[in-house]
This record gives sequence, C-alpha cells and structure tokens, in this order.
Amino acid sequence: MEHLLKVDQLKVNFNTYGGEVKAVRDVSFHVDQGEIVAIVGESGSGKSVTVQSIMGLIPSPPGMIKGGSIQFEGKDLLTLSKRQMRKIKGSKIGMIFQDPMTSLNPTMKVGKQIAEALITHRNFSKANAKNKAVEMLKLVGIPNPEARFQQYPHEYSGGMRQRAMIAIALACSPDLLIADEPTTALDVTIQAQVLELMKELQKKMNTAIILITHDLGVVAETAQRVLVMYGGVVVESASVMELFENPRHPYTWGLLQSIPDTDTSEKKRLVPIAGSPPDLFSPPKGCPFAPRCKYAMDICLEEMPTDYDISDGHTAKCWLNDERAPHPETFARLGETENA
Amino acid sequence: MEKIMTDKRFRPVDKTKMRSEVITRPSLSAWKEALLHILKNKLALLGLLLLTVIVSLAIIGPHLLPYSASEQNLLNANKAPSAKHWFGTDDLGRDMWSRTWMGARVSLIIGFAAALIDLIVGVAVGGVAGYMAGRGIAGDRVDGILMRIVEVLYAIPYLLVVILLMVIMEPGIATIVLALSITGWVGMARIIRGQVLQLKSQEYVLAAQKLGTSNWKIIYRHLLPNTMGIIIVNLTFTIPTAIFAEAFLSFLGLGVQAPNASWGTMANDALGVILSGQWWRLFFPGLMISLTMFAFNAFGDGLQDALDPQGRK
Amino acid sequence: MYIVKRFVTMLLTIWVIASLTFIIMKFIPGDPFASDADVLPEHVLDNMRAKYHLDEPIPVQYVLYLKSLVMFDLGPSIQSETRSVNSIIASGFPASATLGIQAIIVAVVFGLLLGIIAALYHNRLLDYISMVIAIIGISVPSFILAPLLINYFAVKWGMLPVASWGSFQHSILPSIALATTPLAVIARFMRSSMIEVMNQNYMKTADAKGLSSFKIVFNHGIRNAILPVVSFMGPLFVSLITGTFVIEKIFAIPGIGKYFVDSIFNRDYPVIMGTTVFFSVILVVTLFLIDISYRFIDPRIKLTSKGD
Repeated sequence: MEHLLKVDQLKVNFNTYGGEVKAVRDVSFHVDQGEIVAIVGESGSGKSVTVQSIMGLIPSPPGMIKGGSIQFEGKDLLTLSKRQMRKIKGSKIGMIFQDPMTSLNPTMKVGKQIAEALITHRNFSKANAKNKAVEMLKLVGIPNPEARFQQYPHEYSGGMRQRAMIAIALACSPDLLIADEPTTALDVTIQAQVLELMKELQKKMNTAIILITHDLGVVAETAQRVLVMYGGVVVESASVMELFENPRHPYTWGLLQSIPDTDTSEKKRLVPIAGSPPDLFSPPKGCPFAPRCKYAMDICLEEMPTDYDISDGHTAKCWLNDERAPHPETFARLGETENA
Repeated sequence: MEKIMTDKRFRPVDKTKMRSEVITRPSLSAWKEALLHILKNKLALLGLLLLTVIVSLAIIGPHLLPYSASEQNLLNANKAPSAKHWFGTDDLGRDMWSRTWMGARVSLIIGFAAALIDLIVGVAVGGVAGYMAGRGIAGDRVDGILMRIVEVLYAIPYLLVVILLMVIMEPGIATIVLALSITGWVGMARIIRGQVLQLKSQEYVLAAQKLGTSNWKIIYRHLLPNTMGIIIVNLTFTIPTAIFAEAFLSFLGLGVQAPNASWGTMANDALGVILSGQWWRLFFPGLMISLTMFAFNAFGDGLQDALDPQGRK
Repeated sequence: MYIVKRFVTMLLTIWVIASLTFIIMKFIPGDPFASDADVLPEHVLDNMRAKYHLDEPIPVQYVLYLKSLVMFDLGPSIQSETRSVNSIIASGFPASATLGIQAIIVAVVFGLLLGIIAALYHNRLLDYISMVIAIIGISVPSFILAPLLINYFAVKWGMLPVASWGSFQHSILPSIALATTPLAVIARFMRSSMIEVMNQNYMKTADAKGLSSFKIVFNHGIRNAILPVVSFMGPLFVSLITGTFVIEKIFAIPGIGKYFVDSIFNRDYPVIMGTTVFFSVILVVTLFLIDISYRFIDPRIKLTSKGD
C-alpha cells in the first residue's frame, strides 16, 4: 500500500553564529492513513525540526534543507512551489503547536482564526465559515461555542486555547495532523483531556497523526508506532508494543527507565540518563549517544551504526545489535577485565 | 567466555578516558559575548570610530590651524574653504574650522554633562524608589510619592520646560546643562526603578538572599551587571538628545552666546546667508551635528543589540 | 476606573505646568515693563501694572491667573497692546494645524511603509536601504534639513516656493522637513516591532493554515506590530509641536510656533507664558486621548481594568 507520508533521508542544517548545526541527519520514516505515529526525544533531538520541514515552516535563512525527500500523497513536498505548498498546508496537513498561549493571534477573534482556513481552502462564504467554525468549537468540546466564537484568545484558558488550536488544524478535515508537543505546556489533568480529544477526533475523522512528545507515557496511550530520536538521528523505530517489550537501543532503555511507574506499588528509583545531549555544532563522528552510553564500544565513537532490522518494522541504530558485539549483560564485567 | 571477540573495535570503551559531561565549546561570559557581538556589527563600529574622531578633533582641532575661533578678520570675510581656511570663513572673517571644533567642545561638554547629571539623579531616585517599594507601608509611600513626581514631570514636554527656563536664566553652558537636566533625569529614574523591581522579584536574587549573601554583594554581583547594560544604552541616547536640545536652543537664540559658538548657533547664523551661496556656513556645523547624532545612535543601537541576550539570534 | 484616574493625572499635570510657568515668570528680574521704563511715563506704567494685576500680591496674582486659565483666557500680549494671547493663537492656529496634520500623515504613512518593508526584507538590501534612510532622518536635525530643501527644491530647481504661506505648494517643503524625524523614528520602531511579531508563534500558526503571504503579513503581522507604534504616537506628537517652532521660523509661516519664537526674541513674557500653557494643554490632552484610544484598539487591555 502507498504510504500517506514518506520521509526519506531528510537532512536539515541551521546556520548560526557558532557555525552550522546539523539538526536533522538522514531521518527516514513513514505514516499510513489513519495511523498515529509518535516521535520521542529530548529537546534538541531534531523532532520539531523534522515535522516543521514537512510543513515548510523552517525559517530560511538560517534553516536549510540539505537533502532527502518528503513524499505526501505521491508528491515530493520539498519540490513544490510556495503556492502549491499553501494548498496543502492547513487543508491536507494541519498542525498544532506546543504553546497554546502564544500560538493564537492575540488581536483576532478566535472564531475568525478558525474561519480563515475554511475561507481560504474551501471557498466558504463568511456566514458558512462562521457556522462551520462554531461547529468545530463545539466538536472540540468548547461550551457555549457561539459566544466563544466572538472572544479573543486571552479570554480562553490554556486548555481551551489548545482545543481552539485543534479546531483550527482540523477545520478543513486534513489527512494528516501534526501535533508538536500539544500537551507539554498544559496541566496534567488538561493534558489527558486534550489527548483524549485528539484520539476521539482521529477515530471520527480518520486522520493520521504525527505526535511529537518527550513523554513515553503519552506514547503508550495514544500511538501505534514510535520513532525515538536522538541528536538529529532516528535511533530506534518500532511499533509501540514492540518498543516497550523489546527495546534495542541503550537510549531507549534509558528513556524507559526514566518513566515514573505509577501502577506498581513497589518503590523504584527513577534512573536519569547521565550526561548532556550532544553538541550539534560538531556532532561526534560515531553514534551521537556514545558519549553518554553505558555500553559504548570503540566502534561507537568511530562510526555511525547502521540500522539493524530487529523484526518486521523494528529497526535500531546501535552496534550492540551486531553479531560481533558482546551481550549487554556481560558488559560491565567485560569492561573491567579488558581495561584492568 | 560467551563470545569470541573477533573484531577489536567491538570492545567496551575505556570509561576513564571518556567524559560525557565535558562541555565542548567554551561558554563566554556575558560581557565577552556582547563584545564579540558588537565587533561584528559594522554600523556600531562605524559609530564608535566616528565618535572617536569627533572627540579627538574637538580636542586637537582648534590647534591645527593658526587662527583662534573668535579672531575676526574682516578683510578675509566670507571665504570659501581653501588650503588656508579648511572650512572657509564667516561674515566676520573668523576661521570656520576652528569655530567648528570649538563648537564641538561646547556641544560635547553639554551633552556629556547633562547625561551625567541625568544618570546620577536618575539612578538615585529610581534606585531609592525601587528599593523602597514593597518595604512596608512607609516604603511603598516613598516609592509612590517619588513615582508620582516622576509621572507628572514625564508628562511635561521636555523642550518646552527647557525653553521656558532658558528664557529667564542667563544663557551659558552651565545654565543650559541645568535646564536640560531639570526634567531629563526622569527617563533614567523610570528605567532604573523598573530594573530594580524586576530584579528584586527574580528567583536567583531571592535565592542569593536566602543563602545569606550580603546586600552589597547582591548589588555588586547581580544588580550592577544586569542594569549596567541598560544604563549604558540609555546614556548613548541621552547624550545626543542633549546635544540636539542645545543646538535647538541655540537655534532659537536661547543657547550659547557670543563669542562662544556651538553648532546650533553657527547653523542659526548661517540661515541668512545660505541663499547667497555660502554653503559652507551651514554645511560644516550641520554635518557635524548630523554625524554626531548618527554616531551615537548607531553605536547605541549596536550596544543595545549586543547587551540584550534574549534579542540575540 | 482607568479613564477617570488617567483624567485626574492629566488635570494634575496641566495644573503643575501652569503653576511652574507662573513661578518661572515671577523669577524674571523686574517686571515685564522694565524695558519700557525709560520710554514711558511713570503713570502709564502704573496703569499697565494695575491692568495686569502686577500691583497685587503674588498669591492673588496666582489665583487670578488660574481663574482666567479656567475661563480659557490666556492673557494679554505686551508687545502688541491690542492683541491677546487668545487672538494670537487663533490667528496662528490654521497654519500650524495644517502643517502639523500634513506632517503627521506623511510621517505615519511613509514611516510605517518603510518599517514594514525593512522588516519583510530583514537583513537584505531593502532593509539596509530603509534603515540608512531612517538613520539619516534621525541624525539630520530639521533646522539643517529645511535650509537644504529650500536651497535645492526652491532656489536651485525652482519647483516650489521658497517660504511663506498660502497655497498647498507653500506647505509641501515645511511638511516634509517637519515629518522627516518622526518618519524615521516610526520606521525604526515599526521595523523592530514587525520583526518581533514575525517571530511570534501565531505567525507560524497562520503560515501552517496555508494563508497567502499577503494575508499573513496584513491580518496577522501588521495588526499586531502596529499596536506598540500607536503607544509611541504621544512622544511623536510632542516632537512635532516643538519642531514647528523651528520650521515655522525658517519658512516664515505665520503659525503659533513662529509667534512663540518671536515672543521669546522680544521677551514678551505673557505671550511666552500663554503659548507654553496652550502647547502643554494640547500635548497633555493628546497624550491622554492616544492612551485611551490605545486601550480601545488593543483587545487585551480592558478600560475597566487598572492601569499598568
């Protein structure tokens, strides 16, 4: 089956005072119709840059797409003109941003901000767009939508603003919704509500979703497949079930250990991942995670690992999956004897 | 052994040689980074260069030609610029080059002096108001009274007050400076108070206080470095404002009186003769005022960019 | 309520200015007729002093002065016996108002345009050109620019009248000279405001909606960027009024500014005092109106909420 979205070998750089930053390095993945794919990683891992490239939102300069392709419904978005891109943005691909407090225009009525996309893409009349916008507000669970239509963003609470953002993104029933950390800025109870809403709407409208998050708990609850990014690279990619049961990259192990487990009553210490994220000004020659990795081998510092196929749809970019590598459990012992 | 190690590269790394916490790029201090930033700003550098040239010429300029600024020579009146008189002569035969740089001294002295007084009064009032705010009813009252005064003075048009004062005072450099600074400090006071209030609420200042850091150390370590930038930037804008105001006053006949000259009086004197083709009478003082304003503004802008870490890309 | 509080501050400011003016005028050595003392006979001088209440004690003079101010009577002129400050202002007002309004229009329209262009072409050639124009506009004082304009456009090229007042042609050069500095200031202000707005998240939202660049810039960018510029209109207005002193003098325009400057030269103290108070009232009232209207334009600020 043809994928809805297929990103292949995407490379994005940023020019800064300090030099060229390689924010995204050879990222490849795909999203199918109606599927929820999560991208997980810490800040600076390149996940936001990846999805902003899909939307053509990378500011240029300083940003630059250095290579790769983004196939959406059979067209390479990177080769489209601005005008052709505009027909897709907001119409076939919708986007929700991280910070609902600053993502809405403060001096425009919320209703009008929803109606705008409808007037642009669907040629709605003002009256029709208004009706549809009110309907959208109702759909995303905003009470008293007629009155809310006339209000400005500052009269909305944070959770309601994110609902309004969802209404804007979904107004034209897009095939793909990109949600860039949609719940990070919200209170925990509101987070759950917004996620629930997204899942519900996704079922109703059969929209595919790319969900960016740094919270594996969110991933477990919503997504079918997951990509783990680190240092601008996809280090592991698998179905959610597979990733939680059989993670094959030390960074993923680290992430899984640092989820607070509320289900078990036993007291487990949270294990943080030691060290700090890589300096993307001069990314290490080998695996970006190697300097922080408990299981680093000499080769990890020298050469970027290849993608190892673990099972169908599960790949991991780690030398430990090579047959020449020692088993991780023997590692500590090995290190001592070898280096003693 | 579980597995035979065929490839040497697949051996665990010697952990003692690997330190993941090392910060690979040296982090620069805020001041050094600001300096680097401003060195890259060509316009700001040009402004700084111009300022240096103008100040130097104000010091040595009048000595470069053998004429004093007030020496009249009617036989030599209204001469265009030449090798003898680089900027020409005026209707009394006075050398324009010497007059221009004597005028520069007057303008610069007035500008710097007025800015200095603004700075001292503004920092004092703004600092006291900001410090007292939130310190009980008495403290709030001090802040309230000071700020009410500032608010009313701020609403009074600056140049009108200056004009009014100059009308009744003996014109002269000292009275001009006094008139310029009588309401000029208000802007600085507002800025300083705002900074102090903002810093007082900063968590790191609270943390320093809780850890028992002395007040002086907080002022020295936190308040000063954080307000210094905004003070310097404000100075680079108050100096040209004062210079402009002096030129404006002189142009209205309320400024420096003969035999002293400032750029403003020279421009005013030249108004009558500009139509008779003596372009140099207006051109040189006009050019100098404009260059000075430009230099201060360009440098101030660059400084503002450099000292504002948030605004930096 | 905010408007009331703001209104009281405005009245307070006017009162402070009026009182300051009064006090300053009382500091003048001698009285306004001192210079006429050797020309006019003593009994005439006494008559005039009585007429202007100069023979009363100062507190009484102060009360009389405030009373007449409340009645919008700004007092007499000493130089021209027959004219009051009110009549001087009335005769100068049309020219000054025309000049001021034309200059404001030029400054606002071209200033905004220049600033927007610079922001949209940030760090590119058009940006640099706009900002060079703006820096020149800020650096060159109007009393330097005005003679240059006269020299070229009127004397050398003969396109426009040299000076004086009457037709629209007469008003072109003075309006431009007066508008240049505020234009440059607006351009710079608008540029930085616009650049800031262009980096806001909601601009990304607008872009992600697939709107045309024109709609993004106009409906989302300029609307937001212009708000801080509106708050800046107050100081702009102040510099415009003080600018008219110089411009009206250079172009020999019979406006209030010229009368004001003349009264300074002639040391006609009652006129200086009257016009100063007049200018101050105009300025303070304008600042008040701008502040209030700003609160109407920006939906985030409610008039009912407390100031600041």
